[in-house]
Amino acid sequence: MTPRAERIRGWGFAAPALLWTVAFFVVPFLVMGAMSLATLEGRTLVWGLSLANYVELTEKAYLARAIMVSLEITVTVTVVSVVLAYPLAWIIAFRVPARWQRLALLLAILPFWTSYVVRSYAWLLVLAREGMINNTLIGLGLISEPITLANTRFATVTGFVHFFVMLLTLTIYANLIQLSPNYRRAAMDLGANAFQTFRHVILPLTLPGIVTGAFLTFVLCIGDYVTPQILGGNTELTVPQVIMVQLGRRADFPLASALAIVLMGIVTLAYIASARWLRLDRL
Amino acid sequence: MTRLPALLLSTTALSIGVAGAASAQELNALVWCDHTDPALIEPFEQEFGVTVNLREYEGTGAALALLEQSRPGDWDVLVIDGIDVFRAVEAGILAPLDPAELPTDDFFPEVVMAESNTLDGVTYAVTEKFGYNTISYNSEAVDPADMESLATVWSEKYDGRISIYDYYLPVMGIAAMAEGIATAEIGMDDLAPIGEVLSTMRSRAASVAGVVAAQTALATGEVDIVVGGGEWLTAVLAGEQPELTWTIPEEGAVRWAQSIGVVAGTEQPDLALEFVKYIVSPEGQARLATSSCFWGMPANAKAGDVLSDEEKELLRWDSQADYLARTQLYPAPDTDLDIEMQDLWLDTLQQ
Repeated sequence: MTPRAERIRGWGFAAPALLWTVAFFVVPFLVMGAMSLATLEGRTLVWGLSLANYVELTEKAYLARAIMVSLEITVTVTVVSVVLAYPLAWIIAFRVPARWQRLALLLAILPFWTSYVVRSYAWLLVLAREGMINNTLIGLGLISEPITLANTRFATVTGFVHFFVMLLTLTIYANLIQLSPNYRRAAMDLGANAFQTFRHVILPLTLPGIVTGAFLTFVLCIGDYVTPQILGGNTELTVPQVIMVQLGRRADFPLASALAIVLMGIVTLAYIASARWLRLDRL
Repeated sequence: MTRLPALLLSTTALSIGVAGAASAQELNALVWCDHTDPALIEPFEQEFGVTVNLREYEGTGAALALLEQSRPGDWDVLVIDGIDVFRAVEAGILAPLDPAELPTDDFFPEVVMAESNTLDGVTYAVTEKFGYNTISYNSEAVDPADMESLATVWSEKYDGRISIYDYYLPVMGIAAMAEGIATAEIGMDDLAPIGEVLSTMRSRAASVAGVVAAQTALATGEVDIVVGGGEWLTAVLAGEQPELTWTIPEEGAVRWAQSIGVVAGTEQPDLALEFVKYIVSPEGQARLATSSCFWGMPANAKAGDVLSDEEKELLRWDSQADYLARTQLYPAPDTDLDIEMQDLWLDTLQQ
């Protein structure tokens, strides 16, 4: 086959994926970018090259606050999820006998099988004033009055962490089982204790799995509407919630698009920050 | 041996063909969740031999955007907030209706709302259901006497025991009424005092919740009061939890109303009109009033002949004259005021 024929064949194989990406990502993204530069005059959409929507983000305190709230929640969820998922993945990879590992992973991802919305409402009931946690704490005599757990940032973070620990466990586990036990043996032979082995050998080698899972957690969390809407009780608003308000009654697609572009900008920055360790091909 | 599968196959194909032919005509309606109750829709489907495809939406803006992006004929019927009918008419989305076909003479006079459903003398929609955004509460957890004045509803006594309904127009209407401002007369200058009331309300609230979340919060004891609630919130819970009730305080409350119309460009205007007529008929009205999603008063007073005494009691049928006199339609701001009101609402939520 001539080089030219090979090139044509290569493009032929790539064409469906390229067309898909252009049709369902590039074109919608360009339309959204153009929409963010349009304005809503009265109820009429006026196309143009105005930065008014982006200026509005700096002028209206609730918009800037929504960006901060989204960032704070997302960073908290990502860190807590990594801290919880790493030991879980470690236990499954190194402490659970090989023949039980598949079952352990299955149990770890079992909550994925239920509806995301139903799971969020279930958490609302668990965290309620008359819910399981408050009743247990009162029953044990640890508190005398119910404490407020539902409709708070704590509730939102809890709902998110429950979901993302599963995701991170999978990415970190995938990384851990690829490590040869010889690395640990070599470190021990050279005089490293267990902590030093983890700190200087295991952790750096498993960083791609951690960062890949953390990046996915960041992306999915910052763009999520359902969990903060159900569990947060609107006591503070994230960017997706504010986008929904803009669309709901006024159909302010230009401002909603500007907010969505800002979200994409934040995700891009997160990608740049983590690109060095990202190994999406390992998923 | 080979004839049985062939027979089954041909029978199945025949059944599918018959079913396909029987449900070939479809009516597409963009609605609120109360229209998705099979008890409401199935009698119409059976009578006319059609399938009604229902799609729920949230927010007039989202519905209008969807309709504007659809091809003529994609949609046949639209259910819309009464105060937003004019927006749909301005956008060319609603088709004229023949008022002679509509039983508005049987309606509660206050909810005919010709000023909302008619533009330049042409009728585009008809009111189908109404109710109140007022105060829902747990009568075993709060002092019912406190619920008779807005000043005591969001007082310090109920700090952390309140949820606010997550829609700025009715809640800001209630805040306006607490300040003695008529909902129809809210202007830019009124936003400062309304904002102060909202801030107080917000500082006492445990959550700002949509329909399901507010019902869940009240039913589970997460909160004891829902500002902006009403019969639509508590009636479906009354069977199991009769202590969940509602009242209209002395300052009054806000009245909501939803309308139904035929979408311009429908390819089956006669069927769409029949659907509208069914919905505003006494039978349709009774079913819509007691929909499994949320209850509300039927616009057609003759639905009272179809509803049971128990249902009418839950809807407070006999108190409607008093309630209609003491309530005001919720604010219908122009575009500029709407933007300011929404900004004030979001600012308050983010405090």
